[in-house]
Amino acid sequence: MSEPKFTKDHEWVRLEGGIATIGITDHAQNALGDVVFVDLPEIGREVTAGEAIAVVESVKAASDVYAPIAGKIVEVNGVLADNPGTINSAPTTDGWFFRIEAADVAEVAALMDEGAYAAFVDTL
Amino acid sequence: MADSSPETQLETPPAAMLETPLAALHRELGGRMVPFAGYSMPVQYPAGIMAEHLHCRAAASLFDVSHMGQAELVGEGAAAALERVTPADVQALKPGRQKYGLLTTDDGGILDDFMVANLSERLFLVVNASRKHVDLPRIESALPAGVTLKPLPDRALIALQGPGAVAAIATLAPGIAELPFMGVGAFNIAGVAALVSRSGYTGEDGVEVSVQAEQAEGFARALLALPGVQPAGLGARDSLRLEAGLCLYGNDIDETTSPVEAALTWTIGKRRRMAGDFPGAARVAQELADGAKRLRVGIRPEGRQPARGHTPIHAPGGAAIGEITSGGFGPSLNAPVAMGYVAREHAADGTSLDLMVRGKALPAVVAPTPFVPHRYAR
Repeated sequence: MSEPKFTKDHEWVRLEGGIATIGITDHAQNALGDVVFVDLPEIGREVTAGEAIAVVESVKAASDVYAPIAGKIVEVNGVLADNPGTINSAPTTDGWFFRIEAADVAEVAALMDEGAYAAFVDTL
Repeated sequence: MADSSPETQLETPPAAMLETPLAALHRELGGRMVPFAGYSMPVQYPAGIMAEHLHCRAAASLFDVSHMGQAELVGEGAAAALERVTPADVQALKPGRQKYGLLTTDDGGILDDFMVANLSERLFLVVNASRKHVDLPRIESALPAGVTLKPLPDRALIALQGPGAVAAIATLAPGIAELPFMGVGAFNIAGVAALVSRSGYTGEDGVEVSVQAEQAEGFARALLALPGVQPAGLGARDSLRLEAGLCLYGNDIDETTSPVEAALTWTIGKRRRMAGDFPGAARVAQELADGAKRLRVGIRPEGRQPARGHTPIHAPGGAAIGEITSGGFGPSLNAPVAMGYVAREHAADGTSLDLMVRGKALPAVVAPTPFVPHRYAR
């Protein structure tokens, strides 16, 4: 499995065999607070980079989650429907949101690495 | 990830954000400070909104509500004077008692909601932070010679709420346990002169305590040292009041909503209704006679997805009939809850609604409030 990459929208992306697994960062789940509901995209949907394709709701707020890269949704994390709190307890592992079959894996390589993301968060 | 909820879109903080006397304590406790009604206030502490909410329903939570406006009205005929701007029966309020009321506009809208307590030689008022600049001049304008309104900007207000709240604070001042619901009294608590009312904004038993600003931090620390007491922020305060079916000014009531539409007719004294001698009495009388066109109702969305404020409400598969005014997730119910206005013919409990969340219809039903039963002392 490759090293995770990050977006300025606080998503992490992990590429494995042309399939990108995507979730939100620990910084994001902490800012959001207790997650109570997730609206995930339909499997098979073609998405473009930057498109809002999921919604995560905490007690207080609703936030969009964007497709970090173009491609096709091939899987969503069914565990989140009954246990949305997994996003808070394990944001970068069991709390993943969806998997995208990348249209162009180079899009993943162009995202921030962990150090760059940490530096970005420090500017907020 | 980007915030798309109007409730939490933070405005650029103004240069001069106000602070309450507990600001340093909030920071020490790890409070996440956000702008609210011109003040920097803790939306939550490290425990988080969910845990803070559930703790309040189970034990006792301390809330800083010092941003709210406090004032006193002094002089012969103060109660009658206040009645010039509210339909509440203030003159019937007995010494040592408090009541909830509305300030109304001349055309029958709601200028603010407030608490008034009879302290024998004076009336004590608590109004919303966001409205004190409107309320106080309005009250002032109605006063006859001999009655004076005295704002109390140097006082803090601290709420201790939850089933364990009164038992906890009564270890410092046993007399508090004897206060009935909506009773008010002066107590010495941990060496601090305090005005205590048995009331709150959570649906739980508890007290709201007014103390001098310079003593507030020490007082709050004394309460936080009591067994079972934890701090709670504005986030939990909002989810608690929503589960309790209580209105938030600016969301659920404002200058466009009338007391009848807001289902707050009970705050209008019978004598006042008969006399029709308050601002907006004509609209109230007309709506009581003919029925209001729209009514505030409780709403339970199906499933787990919350519907936030400003979500359009449609008849099932049909036309727009109203709008959500407050909506979120109720931690005690482990389900979404909301309130909003619907056309009167859709206001009966059990009526099916469609909430248009991000363009999709979310099924919901009109439901009685409070969603979580009140547990006030009786």
